[in-house]
Amino acid sequence: MSCKRVYGMATRDAYGKVLVELGRENPAIVVLDADLSKSTKSVFFAKEFKERFFNMGIAEANMVSTAAGLASCGKIPFASSFASFLMCKSFDQLRMSVANPHLNVKLIGSHGGISIGEDGASQMAIEDVALACSLPGFVVIVPADELSTRALVRLAARHIGPVYIRTGRPKAPVIYQQDTGFEIGKANIVREGIDVTVIANGLMVQEAVEAACVCSERGIDVRVIDMHTVKPIDVDVIVQSAQTTGAIVTAEEHLLSGGLGSAVAQVVSEHCPVPMGFVGLHDTYAESGTPDELFNKYGLTADHIVRKIEGVLKKK
Amino acid sequence: MDIDKLTEIAKTIRRDIIKMTTEVNSGHPGGSLSAADIIAVLYFKVMRHDPKNPAWPDRDRFILSKGHAAPALYSALARSGYFAEEQLLTLRKFGSPLQGHPEMGRLPGVEASTGSLGQGLSIASGIALAGKIDNKDYHTYVMIGDGESEEGQIWEAAMSSAYYKLDNLTAFVDYNSLQLDGWIKDIMELEPIVDKWKGFGWHVIEIDGHNIHQIIKATDEAKATQGRPTVIIARTVKGKGVSFMENNVEFHGMAATREQMVVALRELGE
Repeated sequence: MSCKRVYGMATRDAYGKVLVELGRENPAIVVLDADLSKSTKSVFFAKEFKERFFNMGIAEANMVSTAAGLASCGKIPFASSFASFLMCKSFDQLRMSVANPHLNVKLIGSHGGISIGEDGASQMAIEDVALACSLPGFVVIVPADELSTRALVRLAARHIGPVYIRTGRPKAPVIYQQDTGFEIGKANIVREGIDVTVIANGLMVQEAVEAACVCSERGIDVRVIDMHTVKPIDVDVIVQSAQTTGAIVTAEEHLLSGGLGSAVAQVVSEHCPVPMGFVGLHDTYAESGTPDELFNKYGLTADHIVRKIEGVLKKK
Repeated sequence: MDIDKLTEIAKTIRRDIIKMTTEVNSGHPGGSLSAADIIAVLYFKVMRHDPKNPAWPDRDRFILSKGHAAPALYSALARSGYFAEEQLLTLRKFGSPLQGHPEMGRLPGVEASTGSLGQGLSIASGIALAGKIDNKDYHTYVMIGDGESEEGQIWEAAMSSAYYKLDNLTAFVDYNSLQLDGWIKDIMELEPIVDKWKGFGWHVIEIDGHNIHQIIKATDEAKATQGRPTVIIARTVKGKGVSFMENNVEFHGMAATREQMVVALRELGE
């Protein structure tokens, strides 16, 4: 983590690499994809474990229910596609084939958010986290960088029950230099501060860090939290941050409905009401463009977070 | 088990279907009655299973993809010893594990949560795939409805099951020709259904789905078929066995009254 961003590996690449390691360690792991293995990076697993990789073709619904059948026989299936297709096209299959019987299926949606850029709105998942969070018993994870992705995918493989992990297309700024410890459902504080807390995940963690650096020059001391697990959310860290800093801003590469901001607001309003601000997509689809252009237009940059911070501080 | 005994079991299942649905005054008797003979043959003749050990890894599996026929499945499970027969009359009641549509994990012997149509063939395909990976010799059976075959996911699963050469998978189509809104042919024609399944690479067998001998013979043929999955197109009658329910779409999702139940049970040999 630093004020100046240093790009590392994309989280989808980190997923692809750790999946191969997991495949070597655990023969129960099987992998399915829907003709996007070169993009989701499950292709690395496919190359090494031909007999445990199943390309289901462009048929996401069938892929998810097939994964459920495999899980009912003791396999640990990892099913990957673009987050938009995986969550939106297979939602009922996630609901009844996977979530209802609480089967041990891991869903990995790559190309989360609008940072995929040029491909445009049809390929952008901006509602996937909300959909995943609405499935009873699901764990929902949005990792920020290579190291956290590797750790959290490993934890997901060990967790018994359904898990959704969103990965991203572009190179991800490095947040963690070393594994300082990750737990599902336990957030990581990446920067300490006392005036306000920014709770972010995915690519927005680096934006939050840079916002904190700008604020620091203006005499505002910002705490930054990487809330990689949206569900179950880390209630303790939210309550503690509300009590210590007295204001909270959330930042996510997702619609403002039903994602990280909604989950944090639910905790804050029930346990520790403090002024809040929300950075995310405002009830809109995005469009084609470079990731930077899109982050600027749709309000997902460090500058936007700074403005939200200044806004909530006035209400403190 | 001989054909006379299986015929009697199918009748018992039919009586259970009527009693269970009338007791709670809801449920789907029509499509349960059309499925009764196939389910009786599977549980009491064809499948290798142990009601005392429902998690036995080597068991044959049955997925009721047309989950609304749950009463037929529940009856077969209770009558083969998965749970007490007295529980059958708790169908759809608050606190009962016999949910309106089958839910895995609530009741021993239920292999998937179904009822949202179209998913069971894919789940069965995943189970069959796991058997191939592990070199196990269990067989997976699944029953889909004719109306259910309008769901696109059925054909996704038809494609992938054939592609992965799942000869340890057998699907039954309970072809009773009626769906909730009326005759299938008036809503969404399925014909030529045999050509469709053949085109997707399946071994296709056509039978009378109420002929015990034909059901047994077809499952033998399915198990002997190598390199591709088998679909058994079972021509059936919705409401089979109860004169006023047969081919009567009103009984797709409506239970018999108490008075009708007396008549139905008499026709079913009680």
